[in-house]
Amino acid sequence: MADWFSENLVSILNGFAIGSLLFILAVGLSIVFGMMGVLNLAHGAFYLVGTYLAYSLLDDGVTWGGFLGALALAAVFGLVAGGALSVMTEPLAKRPILDQALLTLGVSLIVAEVLSIIYGNDVYSVAPPPGLDDRVDVGDGSLPVYRLALIGIGLVLALIVYLVVEKTSVGALVRASVADREMVSAMGIDNRKVKVAVLGIGSALAMVAGVLGTPVYGVDPGLDESVLLLALIVVVIGGLGSVKGALIGALVIGQVDSLGRALLPELASFILFGALAVVLIVRPRGLFGPRKVAS
Amino acid sequence: MLEVSGLQSGYKRSTVLQGVDLHLESGGVLGLLGRNGVGKSTLINTLMGLVTPSAGRVTLDGRDLTGKRPDVIARAGVALVPQGRRTWAPLTVTEHLDLAARRGKGKGPWDIARVIDLLPRLGERRKHEAGQLSGGEQQMLAIGRALLTNPRLVLMDEPSDGLAPAVVDLIGEAIGGMKAEGVTLLVVEQDLHLAFAVADEIAVMDKGRIVHRSPTMEFRRDSSVAHALLGVA
Repeated sequence: MADWFSENLVSILNGFAIGSLLFILAVGLSIVFGMMGVLNLAHGAFYLVGTYLAYSLLDDGVTWGGFLGALALAAVFGLVAGGALSVMTEPLAKRPILDQALLTLGVSLIVAEVLSIIYGNDVYSVAPPPGLDDRVDVGDGSLPVYRLALIGIGLVLALIVYLVVEKTSVGALVRASVADREMVSAMGIDNRKVKVAVLGIGSALAMVAGVLGTPVYGVDPGLDESVLLLALIVVVIGGLGSVKGALIGALVIGQVDSLGRALLPELASFILFGALAVVLIVRPRGLFGPRKVAS
Repeated sequence: MLEVSGLQSGYKRSTVLQGVDLHLESGGVLGLLGRNGVGKSTLINTLMGLVTPSAGRVTLDGRDLTGKRPDVIARAGVALVPQGRRTWAPLTVTEHLDLAARRGKGKGPWDIARVIDLLPRLGERRKHEAGQLSGGEQQMLAIGRALLTNPRLVLMDEPSDGLAPAVVDLIGEAIGGMKAEGVTLLVVEQDLHLAFAVADEIAVMDKGRIVHRSPTMEFRRDSSVAHALLGVA
């Protein structure tokens, strides 16, 4: 057992790092969907914008100033983009959920195309900021320090999101909206403003995840679709509108992906969807999803 | 204070309200009776803005609220105690009351202390999540939540639904307490006992219209009306 652990510690830690990144990406998607009934398929494109932001600011040499600047810009751009998307979906608010999803898919395609026109279709890599660009020995292998830092960042963000959602009055409003948003509006609260705020913050987290993920996954025009798919799997496994669900779902998928690749490389691409299928069969509303999903 | 004229409303393929005319006096309690499916809940939901009317007009103290969004109608002074209570299961009692109190602060006589005076059970259950409460406690929470917005008009949709008789009496007392504070109430009720106990007047709906209205005393005396319109003796 100790041998096995030592052999696979790198994969396990790697799984936690991927899980952290996935949580940051998926929690916004989950709350926006669970709370406002908007399935934001542009979420992956916002991640992609984050990676190109990081690339633009860090291409000439990675500095802490550039890295933190990219994070700050990503947060601001994300807020604006999410707010704009919220306004765009508003005229479709009374239409079926897929009409809104189609709109966000269109936005996603346009964003990805514009990025491809500006930056071309080449794949780039960006180094972690100074001090985090070494490797450390763990168990029988070694791991980039940056991935350990990513675990820390993910845990801190998870804690902040959890405290805000579970312990503050703003969080109570979010949970009430997930449970029954019609009754929230019957209290005199304008759902549209709540939606702008939530979609803005969710999109900011997606772009921030893009910056944070760049030293791991690099810059690649196809990333928007692959990260969106991963985030959707996390949301489905964790359950809609649940912070705890997004965290557990992200950690599970991080481990399944990382350990799966290490232990069963030939089944790696299959094993994620296997995990998804198992959860859906055993618990169709996800691990922490609401009993009744808002229509 | 509330004037409804020619109100038509419904859902995608069916018009449920076929032209409702209704007038409510400030401070009064109107009990709205009717068989299942005659449009009582649709009327309540349309007045709250949860269902969009297709024709007619709704005004509150002269202000046109026809087709407005629920939050606009709520801010104009209308509150809803909906069918099935619709409390937010993962929120505690305190969180419900705080959320509502923040909207209604300073707009009228109701604050959290006063609501707990009226509904003491809520005080004992403060830390509990709504999902863990009994049906009666959830109903009290739904009432407290509505009152804390300091409404002038409260729409109640079957407050006695699924509750034990002793709890129904408590709900009746709470309605009395609201009335004593000058809140105007429109109460949809199947439980005649409760409706008679709280309402000044009784109105009866049938086939999407209000077809009868009389003072409660009169309605109780003339059992032929109840028999004809409600199918009860």
